[in-house]
Amino acid sequence: MFDVGCWMLDVGIWMLDVEYLIFKIEIMEELKKIFLESGFEVKPLYKSNDSEENNQGVRNEEPGKFPYTRGIHPLMYRKRPFTIRQYAGFASPEETNARFQFLIKNGQTGLNVAFDLPTQCGLDSDDPRSLGEVGRVGMAVDTLEDFEIAFNGIDLDKITVSLTINGSAIVLMAMYFALAKKRGYDLKNLRGTAQNDILKEFIGRGTWIFPVDKSVKLVTDTIEFCATHVPKYSPVSVCGYHIRESGANPVQEMAYAFSIAKAYSDETLKRGITIDEFASRLSFNFDIYGNFFEQIAKFRGGRRLWARIMREEYKALKDESCWMRMIAGGGGAGLTKEQPENNIVRTAYYALISALSGTQTMALCTYDEAYTIPTEKAAEIALRTMQIMIHEMGICDTVDPLGGSYYVETLTNQFEQEIKKEMQKVALWGGIINAVSTGKIQEAVSQQAYQREKGIQEGKTLKVGVNCFQNDEENKTVEFHPYNQSAANRQIFKLKEIRKRREITLVNITLNKLKQSAKQNINVMPDVIDAVNAYASVGEIIHVLKEVYGEFDEPIFF
Amino acid sequence: MKILLAKPGLDGHDVGVKVLAHALIEAGWKVVYTGLRKSIEEIVEKAIKEKPNLIGLSILSGTHLILCERFRDVLLAKNVKIQWIIGGNIPEKDVIPLENLGATKAFPTGTKIQTVVDFVKGHV
Repeated sequence: MFDVGCWMLDVGIWMLDVEYLIFKIEIMEELKKIFLESGFEVKPLYKSNDSEENNQGVRNEEPGKFPYTRGIHPLMYRKRPFTIRQYAGFASPEETNARFQFLIKNGQTGLNVAFDLPTQCGLDSDDPRSLGEVGRVGMAVDTLEDFEIAFNGIDLDKITVSLTINGSAIVLMAMYFALAKKRGYDLKNLRGTAQNDILKEFIGRGTWIFPVDKSVKLVTDTIEFCATHVPKYSPVSVCGYHIRESGANPVQEMAYAFSIAKAYSDETLKRGITIDEFASRLSFNFDIYGNFFEQIAKFRGGRRLWARIMREEYKALKDESCWMRMIAGGGGAGLTKEQPENNIVRTAYYALISALSGTQTMALCTYDEAYTIPTEKAAEIALRTMQIMIHEMGICDTVDPLGGSYYVETLTNQFEQEIKKEMQKVALWGGIINAVSTGKIQEAVSQQAYQREKGIQEGKTLKVGVNCFQNDEENKTVEFHPYNQSAANRQIFKLKEIRKRREITLVNITLNKLKQSAKQNINVMPDVIDAVNAYASVGEIIHVLKEVYGEFDEPIFF
Repeated sequence: MKILLAKPGLDGHDVGVKVLAHALIEAGWKVVYTGLRKSIEEIVEKAIKEKPNLIGLSILSGTHLILCERFRDVLLAKNVKIQWIIGGNIPEKDVIPLENLGATKAFPTGTKIQTVVDFVKGHV
């Protein structure tokens, strides 16, 4: 007793000392002010009255209960850890299938498919514009046959597949559904995700094809189709990720992503589908790099705000409609080419942030991803980073371990408010579709990217190995992923063969029917599936849609 | 002084080229930017029209050698004699081959923006 009392007395005195010291320093103005990237000032000490200020019951919030600040499920990882879903895919479907098998054998529980640029831009492998790009940054896909090869031997019931595809998403989703049906799976039970967030492609990443309104129309077609025919599939993963990679700060990342998700929701509602029929299948993809606590609060505050938007604004009745389900990881922009091994350490912190933020799925950039397609070794290290965290660190033992921290709760409240304000700005720009069409968002984001880069180059923002603690390994040779020319040639040969083999009348009938549907402005998904089943190629299908919809004319802003 | 910044091929990464555009404007240059996914022919046409002092290509997908070879050929065919530089995700080992293809300078991955700005100021 005596000891404990003494110890408490000591703590009391110590706390008084700290407060006195802070006070003294503040008076003397020796303490430099610290601001987060999102603009909030960080105080040297947070106390109970900070986190309770303006809050609407933080202390009573529970995971699995509205507004889900502490997580969307009551038991979170205690019941099941987050899904590990590394981004992979390169060369031809044959090579990609081998990498998939490798990842699954090593304990990965989901696949995240990378496509090459011709596929992403809706061009065939033998198109002159595809020269040098076939299978370079992802897997080349021309026809349904490529999907049959890529997913050969993979049980689509056990391994959920995420397709990282946007501009041409409707075609690749059609291929996936056609493949599943062919292999005997019931579409009613099929799970999986397509990225299919075209609005963010206009802000960052750039694989847009059609004008903004027609692009959104196609996304809405997929949401409508899935709501009726593939109800467990997630047709859209709204990406704050690439918006942040392009220069947005964490508040803007969330605000723009939510504005995009609202735009898709509004368009879907116009089709006569109720919010509860599709909202639970919308998911998000977010970025992690930068200040540790800022990112965690971004997700907690964002989750609370999204739940409120869905319940209060959209009148969603189902709890699942209010969940901000996410894949969170990354974070490419935080990684450096200098001292690349440091990226292993950085991504381990990103993984920790992601887990402490209650993510559903995690994907980490590999340490070499700042400059090349990952080597097998690098892919394995990223996988092990997440596994070590799950199995050695006790990270899954209890739900939302940072809940109740004065600092994190204060920041969480600030994030909820600031994201809301930023969304109001977007509304003043005429909504996200308008802001993207006119280049308003692109301009805002690009200016910030410049300020960030300037900050690093001027040494105001510190990056270890880049502007401090550099060493003389500048010209050290690093391993680059070689371009597989023979796989590219094989892909083109295969496409030419299939063009000879397939029934051309059926191809023409289905493509003509697709064109008519596009002209009549009805949902084109069923016709795309028919065309895919006839082995029409990605390029052929996108070409037909381009003839009707036209192409995006990029506004030049920077 | 005027620079034409261009994105040839299918690569959609434009953060770098836009950051450079800001830095060059701050350094007093007039910047014309093509936007994404331009063919080599379109870029050369734009150069003939804009008559810049320098052309800057940005490629991050890894197709730089193939695209620059084509760029050299089209410049030759159209008899355009404008100096050009290239940056993006360029491995060190490709710097000399790119300069052999006619690039006044190739900037490898990790090059500081200021290095590019200083070079541009000094060479045109």
